[in-house]
Amino acid sequence: MALDEIKIGGMGASRRRVEDNRFIRGKGNYVDDIVLPGMLHMEILRSNVAHARIKSIDTSAAWEIPGVRLVLTGEMMAARNLAWMPTLSYDTQAVLATDKVRFQGQEVAAVIADDPYIAKDACSKIVVEYEQLPAVVNPFEAQDPSAPLIRDDKENQPTNKIFDWEIGDKERTDQAFAEADVVSKIDLHYPRSHPSPLEPCGSIADYDRATGKLTVFMTSQAPHIVRAAVAMVAELPEHQIRIVSPDLGGGFGNKVPIYPGYVISILASILTERPVKWIEDKTGNLISTGFGRDVYLRGELALRKDGRILGMRMHTVSDHGAFFADAQPTKFKIGLMHSTFACYEVPAAHLTSEGYYTTKAPGGVAYRCSFRVTEAMFFQERMMHAAANDLGMDQAEFRRLNLVKDDMFPYRTAFGFLTDSGQYGKCLDIGLEAIGYSTFKQEQEEARKRGKLLGIGISTMTEPLGAGNSREYDIIGIKMFDSAELRVHMTGKAILRTGAKTQGQGHETTWAQIVAHELGIPAEDIVVEEGDTDTAPFGMGTYASRSTPVAGAAVAMVARKIRAKARKIAAHLLEVSEEDIEWELGRFYVRGNQERGVTIQDCALAAYSNVPDGLEPGLENNAYYDPPNLTWPFAAYICKVEVDAETGVWDVLKFVAVDDCGVRINPMIVEGQIMGGLTEAYAMANMQYITFDEEGNCIGSNYMDYLLPTAWETPGFELHEVVTPCPHHPIGAKGVGECATVGGPAAFVNAVMNAIEHTGVRNVDMPMMPNRVYEALQTGEDVSGMPPMKVE
Amino acid sequence: MSSLYDEVAPTPGADVPVRRVTIDVNGQKRTVDVEPRLLLAHLLRQGLALTGTHTGCDTTSCGACTVLFDGRPAKSCTMFAVQADGHAVETVEGMGSASGLHPVQEGFKEEHGLQCGFCTPGMMLTAKALLERNPDPTEDEVRWALSGNLCRCTGYQNIVNAVLWAAKKMRDEQTQEA
Ligand code: FES
Ligand code: FES
Repeated sequence: MALDEIKIGGMGASRRRVEDNRFIRGKGNYVDDIVLPGMLHMEILRSNVAHARIKSIDTSAAWEIPGVRLVLTGEMMAARNLAWMPTLSYDTQAVLATDKVRFQGQEVAAVIADDPYIAKDACSKIVVEYEQLPAVVNPFEAQDPSAPLIRDDKENQPTNKIFDWEIGDKERTDQAFAEADVVSKIDLHYPRSHPSPLEPCGSIADYDRATGKLTVFMTSQAPHIVRAAVAMVAELPEHQIRIVSPDLGGGFGNKVPIYPGYVISILASILTERPVKWIEDKTGNLISTGFGRDVYLRGELALRKDGRILGMRMHTVSDHGAFFADAQPTKFKIGLMHSTFACYEVPAAHLTSEGYYTTKAPGGVAYRCSFRVTEAMFFQERMMHAAANDLGMDQAEFRRLNLVKDDMFPYRTAFGFLTDSGQYGKCLDIGLEAIGYSTFKQEQEEARKRGKLLGIGISTMTEPLGAGNSREYDIIGIKMFDSAELRVHMTGKAILRTGAKTQGQGHETTWAQIVAHELGIPAEDIVVEEGDTDTAPFGMGTYASRSTPVAGAAVAMVARKIRAKARKIAAHLLEVSEEDIEWELGRFYVRGNQERGVTIQDCALAAYSNVPDGLEPGLENNAYYDPPNLTWPFAAYICKVEVDAETGVWDVLKFVAVDDCGVRINPMIVEGQIMGGLTEAYAMANMQYITFDEEGNCIGSNYMDYLLPTAWETPGFELHEVVTPCPHHPIGAKGVGECATVGGPAAFVNAVMNAIEHTGVRNVDMPMMPNRVYEALQTGEDVSGMPPMKVE
Repeated sequence: MSSLYDEVAPTPGADVPVRRVTIDVNGQKRTVDVEPRLLLAHLLRQGLALTGTHTGCDTTSCGACTVLFDGRPAKSCTMFAVQADGHAVETVEGMGSASGLHPVQEGFKEEHGLQCGFCTPGMMLTAKALLERNPDPTEDEVRWALSGNLCRCTGYQNIVNAVLWAAKKMRDEQTQEA
């Protein structure tokens, strides 16, 4: 009898998480929990100004403090050729500043001491003399010919511009605009935000001179990329580098880049011959590590009177901070911004982008998104909202008319992506029904009579998840495939390792479910390990929702390889030819005689005890998976709000999310991902932003200034599902971890706009703080850009 | 090794003042010599190797470091270890018993109330204190009680569900006993 898949914790089971067993007991193993014998502690001194020439650094008083073992400055790094390091976007970044500081919070010196308190004391004794230079805090200032040159360290860098980039068909797009009945425009700012996982970044470097081995425990979402980078930068042999990413307290893109602190701790360990621990404080994390967004989005739609889209133009101006350190595929300078409008039929499209250096922290990480897809979809859905209004069409009707239809897949977008599958209209309809759309206009009108402002906002989108196929996607030249290795022990229990790295997504639970689905081994009999480069197969890590699309596929593929070998063993055990063997979950049997069979566990035992002639013993294998395409989940997010006209405060009355992420491995975990993502979307729409005053001081350097939603503000979410299996993924799954963060913000903003646009307002930029909404209501005018900050 | 809790003057000649404190930690009296400036969170984590208490922000904002101080939630990153002298501190390691998990711990697992697990110990302790005060809270009361603890992963809904799950289980157990 075939096994009951749900009972063995296979696909579709809302299996409770394995990792929880340690977390709920306080027995997680995060970097800061690790203590090595003889370990020293490192603290970084950061620049308190945004832009300045360093005239001198005096570390003598720091050396005087008992317990200080080493004080490092840029000069000492430079002597070892380590003052600068390459970024993931082919730029360079200062490890410790030598010539200038280029943002507030930049690393200037480091102290290594017996305990972290001493290290902090000593940092405060270092005297740095700065000659201040003007700050450049947005890309428009950076464009100004009179702006100071930020990257005067680089040859061939006469201005602050990093790149010009374009994609699409300009001529055809111009043509579409020439033929348009209506042209609708929008001008948006997506503010700088910080992923801010609760756990900051940190590392423990442990160099063993006797063996020549360097072990680094660190907060990395992509430990293998780090190993490759360390091999290149520190010129250590790759086999002597072991990167271990233990439990991570969240990542959200923030733990993809390689930060100066990691590199300094490595050098410090080499010099002191002791393990060196560096744990960043929250301010250090917020002011110096990878931010997200910070881009101005401008565009227009060419429309026919009947509501059909003829063409789309978009221009982005992005702020990358002092070093171009975006973590993104090489080919695409502004990430996958050109995935914008992928769910709509758009015959012609053209995107132009320019990127600038400013005196702000570098980053441009994929903050819970697939490389700038969040900005792309925010632009798309705000543009759609404005266009429907300009046409005088219903928001839902306008979207339904232009959405790609179910029978058009695979669909080639104007920018060349191939979307794979979906039931877009169905998702939208479920969402509209759930929110009560058909009666809303009446409700809105009646409420207005009573002085209440109600609004509904729709956001529908597909996004490219799971980079990528290796023809198109690489990071610093390494192709973006992923891997899995499976060993089945003789009693039928197994260990699975992958090149991904969980940070809360629950890989230890779900990967075992895929193996259970493919082999019928109960999920509880499979242990999953990730994050140690000495044991895990090479992989590109976890970000951009790529784990299930890529590593998850590799897990299915390696399990299939195991099954193929087990089939040979089964034929041997059952004394029939392989062709006469049938498979049902957990068991092979003889065709025509279902009673006569052997279980996968029988085969495992035989692999070590009764191997047929000519077959290699053992039951283990690995698989590298190079996806044929990205996966394209779809979501319809619909939000209903009430805006208080007296204060500008807006409350979410109801939020409906309809997600189609293909086949769900563990529905409980999928829903957890969606709710977490929606909360970050709500945060960005409402409160979560980092800005700078004109001197380049970072406003938002701690959780008192950088507001994150608590349980009290966060609304409840109503979740619905549609399942359109991904046609090219081995188990039909699509990425999901980031859909809600990507598509969510526009739903909130569109809802608030819908509530107040009768005053003539077209746009209030995020964050939609009450004072900004109030201002728009009072003046009937747009509120754009960052909330202004004054130097007091 | 860190000198913060035990070996007070690692370097000969260093003149660091020390205070001897006795704290009831998870039901056990622990006596340690500490620098007066040592934070309670650091004593627990480094000195007593109770690493379930996390530090997320160092500004009393995130609640990852929450412990129960004489039964009430307190952010241990904002207390000196010396302030705990003569008091009782409960950490996540003290929540369950030899016979099993506390209902709040079970609830978090059952209702998927955690993802990365970093906020979880603080959340669970805050919830435990709430349920001791108020065995039958409304959803709003749970949300308010947890509003000093940040979570970046879950979106809170499942945390709230976990606490309500635990409340029900604890009430059911009470009725059975009665
Ligand atoms: S670490 Fe104590 S409140 Fe954040
Ligand atoms: S589970 Fe990650 S912060 Fe709460």
